[in-house]
Amino acid sequence: MSKILVIAEHLGGKLNASTARAVSAAAAVKGEAIDVLVLSDAPDAVAAEAAKIEGVNRVLTVTRPENAHPLAAMLAPQIAKAADGYSHVFAPSTTFGKDVAPRVAALLGVAQVSDVMSVEAAHTFKRPIYAGNAIITVEADANHTVVATIRTASWSAAASGTNTAPVEALAIDVPLPTHTRFVELNQGSSDRPDLQSASKVVSGGRGVGSKENFDIIYKFADKIGAAVGASRAAVDAGYCPNEMQVGQTGKIIAPELYMAIGISGAIQHLTGIKDAGTIVAINKDGEAPIFEVADFGLVGDLFKIIPELEAALG
Amino acid sequence: MKILVGYKRVVDYNVRIQVKPDGSGVVTDGVKLSANPFDDIALEEALRLREKGVAEEVIVVGIGPANLTAHLRNGLAMGANRAIHVTTEDAVQPLTAARVFLKLIEKEQPGLVILGKQAIDDDANQTGQMLAALWDRPQATFAGKVEIADGKATVTREVDAGLEVIEAELPAVITTDLRLNEPRFIKLPDIMKAKSKPIDLIEFGSLGVEAHDHLKTTHYAAPAKRSKGVMVKDAAELVAALKQKGLL
Ligand SMILES: Cc1cc2nc3c(=O)[nH]c(=O)nc-3n(C[C@H](O)[C@H](O)[C@H](O)COP(=O)(O)OP(=O)(O)OC[C@H]3O[C@@H](n4cnc5c(N)ncnc54)[C@H](O)[C@@H]3O)c2cc1C
Ligand SMILES: Cc1cc2nc3c(=O)[nH]c(=O)nc-3n(C[C@H](O)[C@H](O)[C@H](O)COP(=O)(O)OP(=O)(O)OC[C@H]3O[C@@H](n4cnc5c(N)ncnc54)[C@H](O)[C@@H]3O)c2cc1C
Repeated sequence: MSKILVIAEHLGGKLNASTARAVSAAAAVKGEAIDVLVLSDAPDAVAAEAAKIEGVNRVLTVTRPENAHPLAAMLAPQIAKAADGYSHVFAPSTTFGKDVAPRVAALLGVAQVSDVMSVEAAHTFKRPIYAGNAIITVEADANHTVVATIRTASWSAAASGTNTAPVEALAIDVPLPTHTRFVELNQGSSDRPDLQSASKVVSGGRGVGSKENFDIIYKFADKIGAAVGASRAAVDAGYCPNEMQVGQTGKIIAPELYMAIGISGAIQHLTGIKDAGTIVAINKDGEAPIFEVADFGLVGDLFKIIPELEAALG
Repeated sequence: MKILVGYKRVVDYNVRIQVKPDGSGVVTDGVKLSANPFDDIALEEALRLREKGVAEEVIVVGIGPANLTAHLRNGLAMGANRAIHVTTEDAVQPLTAARVFLKLIEKEQPGLVILGKQAIDDDANQTGQMLAALWDRPQATFAGKVEIADGKATVTREVDAGLEVIEAELPAVITTDLRLNEPRFIKLPDIMKAKSKPIDLIEFGSLGVEAHDHLKTTHYAAPAKRSKGVMVKDAAELVAALKQKGLL
């Protein structure tokens, strides 16, 4: 029978929503147990949140000062040790999971399944290749631990609230390296909803034209309570910070509403929004490829249309 | 210091790949192949470090079939000093690729290994992290900025939360993100010069690397298509439509 270890992602004492999505994927394996592993210098608050997620059997904590920041070189040896006895190790396919999971897989001497979209059977998964232009079915060797990252946009978060899984401290005394050190994290501070879990996202592209002009996108997003995203071209041009990039090499998101404004719809961008509920495109070029995937398209100048939208909203 | 650079050949990013009707693979016959964009960025970064005097030698590495030579020549034309071609007709999975790199590291003793964060065909995003684990050295993935001084790399990483800065003692593995640099274009005289640069051929079988494929791809499918929706005539109609769906 399968036992799944889910690696919790957290920052600043808060559990990241991607963890509950990875738990959903773990539930799809239909194993006998799902445990969540929290590595931190102070895991209590995060562990308490994880214990509430539906389907979680136990929350395991490893408390070490080296775990204050998520450095793969520190975390991977501990995860590899904790993985003993588990058939599967899952991490979200966020920059956190993508950084640490392959390091764990290599320590265990196993392959990794990246970006799991669906669980077909305990060792059979679907995942995208070629920027999502093909979906492959892969079979992992049942004699080895399966290390996988979970494509968060393909899974809704497991419900939270009613569960009260026990929290247990694990002592993992593997030696940790000193060759890698955390210096700082520069976070864009924002009161807006988080791009990866927001139900509405408004994204601007090169068509917005400048950093100053991007204010029109922020203002409109605030009006409808949406998170703000961007195309690579907009980020490259310096209109907005890198963490706002949506697409193959940025964030893969699945909001209920996605509004692409001044974005042409390159395949690398579309990869990031395939699972959105409703896509709205606003572009002055009626031939832009974004209209091929949009549920609602509106041709026109964004600088004219956005004020009109705001007026229509009242 | 030597720098090893992963230089993988992939289907060009502009090609819209088609799945074969029988689900046995994707159509790659006659499709344009190019360097993995992240690997061009890796090579560019290595060349800049050499130009700054941080490194003396830049070596591009390709693992793949015999006809990879022309691709590696491009890496040499861009400015690499030499190339290593590990020849195999089989597709190599990331763990196998990482084990090959480890063998080359033992031989070449580089101070830095720069790989792409992902190859845009299989999109695995694994090889660099696996290599760092096997080598027991630091990894700095998704690099947006790299500075080398005093035997360490200070790397700004593009992470979901923003920009993270870490310090990694050398030797180390760095994987590149898109905004690290803009790769230079190859000039005609460089192509001529590249012809005389050496390419070492190493038979995959001679490295003693175990190529066990834990993952078997059993089926290929085209992704679910989103159907084209409707065009609305103005902002008011759009707002009405979204309100009707309960989205606003
Ligand atoms: C390896 C690789 C990875 C990549 N990863 C990503 C990724 O993760 N995410 C991503 O987004 N891209 C990615 N790209 C880049 C991608 O190929 C495109 O270049 C990019 O998405 C284009 O951004 P854009 O649509 O904003 O710009 P453009 O293609 O320049 O489109 C701008 C659009 O704005 C419209 N416009 C201009 N002015 C107005 C106006 N006043 N009102 C209304 N419309 C207007 C234009 O008609 C045009 O359609 C990647 C590329 C590569 C090679
Ligand atoms: C359509 C398709 C079919 C496949 N079929 C099979 C199969 O039947 N069996 C099988 O074993 N594998 C198969 N593969 C795997 C394929 O060979 C992948 O390229 C391999 O798994 C490496 O993954 P990646 O390049 O995405 O790794 P990533 O981890 O995304 O690569 C990151 C970086 O590592 C370096 N790197 C990785 N590989 C190389 C290389 N070969 N040469 C130089 N540098 C490299 C590059 O710097 C690259 O940017 C298939 C892949 C595809 C797309």
